[in-house]
Parts: sequence; C-alpha cells; structure tokens
Amino acid sequence: MAEDVKQFIVLRLDQELFGIDIKFIESIIVMQSITRVPKSQPYYKGVINLRGDIVPVMSLREKLGLESDDYGHSTRIIIVRPDEQAAPAGIIVDEVKEVIELEDSDIDQLAYDKTDVKSNISFGIGKYKNELINILDIPNLLLEKETNKK
Amino acid sequence: MDVSQYLEIFIEESKEHLQSLNDQLLILEREPENEDTINEIFRAAHSLKGMAGTMGYKRMQRLTHDMENVFSEVRNGKMKVSSELVDVLFKGLDALEEYLANIQADANEGTNDNEDIINSLNNILNKGLGKAPVESSADQKPTVLSATSIDTDKMKFKHIKIEDHEKKAIVKAGTLGMNVIGLTIYIHEYCVLKAARAYMVNRNLEEHGEIIKLFPTAQDIEDEKFDFHYSVFMVSKETPEKLAEVAESISEIKEVVADYISLSNEDVTNYTNVLKREETALASGAARTSETKNGSVQKKANKPVTNRSVRVDIEKLDVLMNLVSELIIAKNGLVSISSTSQVALEHGFSEQIEYLERVTTNLHESVMRVRMVPIESVVNRFPRMIRDLSKKLNKEMELYMSGEETELDRTVIDEIGDPLMHLLRNAADHGLESNEERQRLGKNSVGSIFLEAYQEGNNVVIEVRDDGSGINVDKIKKKALERGTITEDQAARMSDKEIIDLLFQPSFSTAEQVTDVSGRGVGLDVVKTKIETLGGEIEARSVLGEGSTFIIRLPLTLAIIQALMVMIGREKFALPLGSIQTVENIPNTDVRMIQGKEVINLRGSVIPIIRLGEVLDCVKAENEPEELVIVVVKKGERLAGLVVDELIGQQEIVIKSIGKYIKAHKIVSGSTILGNGEVSLILDVNSLI
Repeated sequence: MAEDVKQFIVLRLDQELFGIDIKFIESIIVMQSITRVPKSQPYYKGVINLRGDIVPVMSLREKLGLESDDYGHSTRIIIVRPDEQAAPAGIIVDEVKEVIELEDSDIDQLAYDKTDVKSNISFGIGKYKNELINILDIPNLLLEKETNKK
Repeated sequence: MDVSQYLEIFIEESKEHLQSLNDQLLILEREPENEDTINEIFRAAHSLKGMAGTMGYKRMQRLTHDMENVFSEVRNGKMKVSSELVDVLFKGLDALEEYLANIQADANEGTNDNEDIINSLNNILNKGLGKAPVESSADQKPTVLSATSIDTDKMKFKHIKIEDHEKKAIVKAGTLGMNVIGLTIYIHEYCVLKAARAYMVNRNLEEHGEIIKLFPTAQDIEDEKFDFHYSVFMVSKETPEKLAEVAESISEIKEVVADYISLSNEDVTNYTNVLKREETALASGAARTSETKNGSVQKKANKPVTNRSVRVDIEKLDVLMNLVSELIIAKNGLVSISSTSQVALEHGFSEQIEYLERVTTNLHESVMRVRMVPIESVVNRFPRMIRDLSKKLNKEMELYMSGEETELDRTVIDEIGDPLMHLLRNAADHGLESNEERQRLGKNSVGSIFLEAYQEGNNVVIEVRDDGSGINVDKIKKKALERGTITEDQAARMSDKEIIDLLFQPSFSTAEQVTDVSGRGVGLDVVKTKIETLGGEIEARSVLGEGSTFIIRLPLTLAIIQALMVMIGREKFALPLGSIQTVENIPNTDVRMIQGKEVINLRGSVIPIIRLGEVLDCVKAENEPEELVIVVVKKGERLAGLVVDELIGQQEIVIKSIGKYIKAHKIVSGSTILGNGEVSLILDVNSLI
C-alpha cells in the first residue's frame, strides 16, 4: 500500500455518505439499550455498557441537525477514539456500508466555515467512484472545539 | 555500577529519613537536651549520607555530611542547640528535599551546590567549637575501647571489647584445640545491600567454624546499621588466611583482614578455672555458643519490631481493585438471574449465590484496606509548616494533631494534602489574631490550631479548627453586597450559615490584606472543588471571637459503594446509601407549600421535598399515586426529601465515570452497570440540597 493511501469506513445517514478514517475506529456494534443522561447535550443519547466500560453515545443525525433517528435493523454504533489515550465514544449511524481506500489526492479540503456545524466537523470531501463522501473529523466532532464557542 | 534499579528504594527511604529529620528537629528545637532525639537525628542523617554517596549524588552527600558534622558535635555535647542552628538545619533539609525532588523527576540531583547553607553550617560549627577536630561517625558504641576511625589499623576487631562470656568461649575453644580468629570485613562502598552481603559472608564462614561474636550485633547488621565494615569473631580449625579467603570469595567484598585472637594471661587463667567448674554442669561447648545465641535473641526482642510489609506499586492495586469491581458486576449478574430463574431455586443455587456475595464483599473490603494509608503520611509535614508560618507571620502558634492513624484510600490521601494545607494556612494567617491582640482579648497569647481526623460511619472526618477571631458574618455580608454576589433583599433573609457558605464561592477572600501566605482570593472555592471531586464535602462553622472550624467529610472508598436502587418514571437510578437517613411513605395530602416550595412535616421537623422526576425530566407516572415514596437524605445539618416512584432495593455498586464528552447535569455523579448489563446513573444527592 502506498504511503498516502488511507482506509475509510463508509456510512450512511439518509442518502448522504460519510467516511471515518479507520485509525479512529475501535469497533462497530449493533444497536443496544442506551441509558439516558438527563440534561446533557441533546444529541447525546446517553451511555451504553460496552463490555464493562461506560461509553457515551451520540446521534450523528441530531448533531448534524437532521431528523432524529428511527432505529432499524441496519442501525449501528461506531465506537471511535479521537486519539489512542482518549476515552471512546459511540456514534449512531443509519448503516455501515463498506471499507474503501482513498489517496490523499482523492480528498478535497472544504472551505472552512466556522459557523456551520457540518463543515466544522468535516475533514474534507473524498471522491470514490461516482460518489462524494464527507470525511468526518473525529477529534473535532467529539472534542467540540468550535461548536462550543459559538 | 548501575544503581538505577535502586533509585525507587533510594527515593522512598530518603523521604522517610527526611521526614524523620524534620520531625526530630522540631522536637529538638523544643527540647534541646533530648539525647534520644539527637541520636535519632544523627542516625537518620548518617544513613542519608551513606545512601546518597552510594547512589553517587555528591552534592546531596556533601550537604548531609556537613549537617551530620553539626549533629555529631551536638551529640558529643560540644555544641548547644540554638534557634539559629535549627533554622539553618531546616534550610538544609529543604535543600535536601529539593535534591530529592530533582532526583525523583529525572534521576539527577541538579546543580545547586547550596554553598550558603554549607557555609553557614560550617560557621556555626566553628563558632561553637573554636577549631575542634571533626570526629568521625564510626565510634557509635561505648563498647569500643579506642577511637576506631582515626585509627588506620585495619584490624578493627582488635579494638573491640570482648565480653566476659565470650572470653569464656575463647578459652574453651583453646582447650579444645580450636583457634579463635578475628576478622574485619570491608564491603565496597557501592554495595547497596550490605546486610545481604554480610549475611552471605557469615554463612560461608560458618561452614568453617562457629561465629561467636559480631560487631556490630547481628541485629544491627541485619538492619544495615553499620558502616562499610564489620568484625567477626569465630572459633575454627582453619587459619586466619584461609577464613579471609573464604570471606573474600563473596562479591562486593573489598578486603578482609584476619588474625588470631589472644587473651591476656590473666583472663586465660581466670576463665580456665571458671570453665573447669562449669564443665560438670554443661555438657558441651555447643551449649555455650547457643547461650550466646540466646543472648542475641533476647536483644532482638528488645528492639522495636520492624513492620512486616511489602511495597507495592499503586497501579498494581488499581488493577486488583478493577478486577474486584468486575467480579462484583459479574456477581450482580448472577444475583439478578437467580432472582428470576425458576430452575435456579431448585439446586441450592441461591445458597451458593449468597456465599459468593459474602466472599466478594469481604474481598472488596480487604482490597480496600490494602489501599488504605494512614493520613499521617500527609499531615506529618504540617508541624514544620506551622513552625515556618509562625516565624514568617511573627505570630506564636501551636499545632495540635490527633487521629493521624486514621486511614483513607490512597488516591484520596494523594489529593487531600493541598486542601488541608490551604485550610491550615488560612487558620494561621486569617484565623488567629496577632499575639498582642490575643493578649488584649484575654486569650492565651499563643494561638492554637487543631487538626483532627476520625472515622464516622462510612466517612472519614477531618477537622481544621483554630481558636482565633472566628468568621465575621457582617464583614462577609458587606463584601458580598459590594461585589454584587447577593442582593440587599437576599442578605436580609440569609442565615449566618448561608452567609458563611458564601466563603466557598469562587473569588471570595475577606482578607483585607493579601499576604503571600494566603488570601489571593482563590482559596476556599478551590478547596471545596477539590474535596467534591474526591466525593466529599466541606462545611464551615464559626463562633465570632472564639474561632472557626472547617469540617471535611470524605468517603472511605471511591470505587464501590452501597446504594439504594430506585425507580423514577421508567428509569432506574442509584442513590448512595451513605447520605440516606430514612425512607418514608407520605400521603399526598400531607405535602404543604411554604414560600412556593413543597415541604412535609416529618415527626416535627419541616423538610423540603424535591421531585426527582421533574429534576431529571423523567416520564411522569400516568396517575398521581396517593402516597409519595420519599427518601430522606442528609447533607451536613440539612435534610431533604427526594420523591421517587418505587424502591427496588439495596445493592453494592461499582462506580464508573460517564466520561467527559457528555456534559451531564451535576446531579449525575457517575454510573454503574447493573446485574442485567444495563447502565444506571448514580445521583449525587448533595448537589440537590
């Protein structure tokens, strides 16, 4: 594999495709019962028991301002870590589709707009076959550097 | 030689020695003539010097050496302890602590030579003595006949006084055709475990004869209370050269000198006669040696018994504690199965579950105990701190401590030091009046600060109390009004206690003058936050003119607690049992409204009630029940009733953090995994009251 080739997991929300660099991903699990945490950020659905660890879970739909989830049999929770030392968190998505390989040149940087949540958590747009894939910036998504300021 | 592997031991032991020096110096300052103290100081300084030298920390060694010289003169009665001297010695200790801190950080002692301290030490030394010779440390025992270390003669055993019963043994050996040989064994200075080396030498020597005397004593050698040499007397058929060779075969032994021991003719005749008389009574020479051995056994018994303990890395204990937590979760899983499954009931399953439950609870308690450390390790630096503060603030004060043996979880111990120090500084600086002021008020001119620790139920309480001016409620009120923290209206309605609690608000310092001791306005709120992160709480009480008290309550353990599981709406929550007073069923009609708040009258006391369902946005039960289930909780002096929908029962739960991504209401203090794998939130009732 060439050095500038990275692997991404492609996931779907409605008709839109998103990608997550696999270096952030710890595991992908099926939907399970979530314990609500009162008065938290609205897009955090609560916490789950992941093999004895407590892991907070967010709805990517609600984070991006889409309609709230309608959990189905393809709904998955992707467990990610922003870096190796950091605690894990779960992201609820409609469907996990496939693993793809992209070269750096396949990814276009977006014009950065700090006020827009969507572009704020986006690392860039990947072009794969005829699809456009919105690559998520996981550290930004979880650590909420910008969204808190506005 | 690579000494890095001993670094950890060195740091730990040096800390102990430094602490002991600190403690003893404080005593010495008060009782300059106390010989035990001087000896203790001398010993600690001496060991410290040796250890620093061994590890190659030259600056540290030099400073300790000069301090030791001073102690040595004091011990020999050639110098008096002056407060000037104690000040310099304390500075020396601080410098040593600094070296140690550097060593701990990067295994390097740093480059500060502390010349000024060394110079002032030497000045004091010279002033006190004229130009008295520096005596060596080796002559510790009065049994030594002549000064040893100045003596260049390597056969140190020749100067050791031979006890009567040993003379007897020597004569006896002579009559049996055995030689009595003295050896002095020199161990390399870099040897770290000299006691172990000495033991190996002795063991090898014993293959060739019998050891009849050790100098220093066997116990002292075992405790490493000797310089890098010691002497052995033994009865053997071998020649001195042969024995020396045997001893030298052990590694890290620098040199061994040996020779025959001969007694004066007078002694020989004396003891030959004694022996003849005793021969009828005693069967063999072995009995004689066993007698000497008995002697040393008795000596052993007189010595303070050293603790039989092992040092364990706290991380290993954390792992162990985590495993216990997992085990308890697994056990809870079994418990929940056993309560639902019909099959389980038939085969004595529940008995086994109960047994398992008992074992895990005991296991948890034992592991918890292992993690417990006496609070002493934190508070023992405070007497010194108060002494320094006393000088700095020019106020006379005494610190009285009690309950140092009270134990707390190690993680709490590590964190509690700073808040306590803060409270003590506050007490010294703001709490106590100046000496003149105290005299004017008819108080004892020396102020008192008390630090008391004790266990109360599942909590450990630490009180910091002073007999100073107390907290001036009006002053706080004025200040709070000035800053706009409260309004006039609020001020009029607030109780004294509520006003005192304002002190814990961020940036609220009433000290008119900011000193470098305390009073930067980032005080009590930091203390409070710290204690709350440890799962504890703090409360202030004060009587104007009589003093103030800060009371800290800390949980015994952080990881596993007993909790009452309750149902609110369709969700389960855990309430820590520690703060629960009672559980009541109150008819709906008994709820009254006072100042817009719901209260109940519970056996004469009016307590506010909090509907948890509303606070937590839970789904409401469809029809209002006729009776409310109220869990009465206590925070300090205050009571409150928490309304829940249903009680589930008591359970041992393992606290798990919900992480930092999710920003929960402050009432959620953590979460736990239930027997069926579900996650339940733990509610911190204190934050509600």
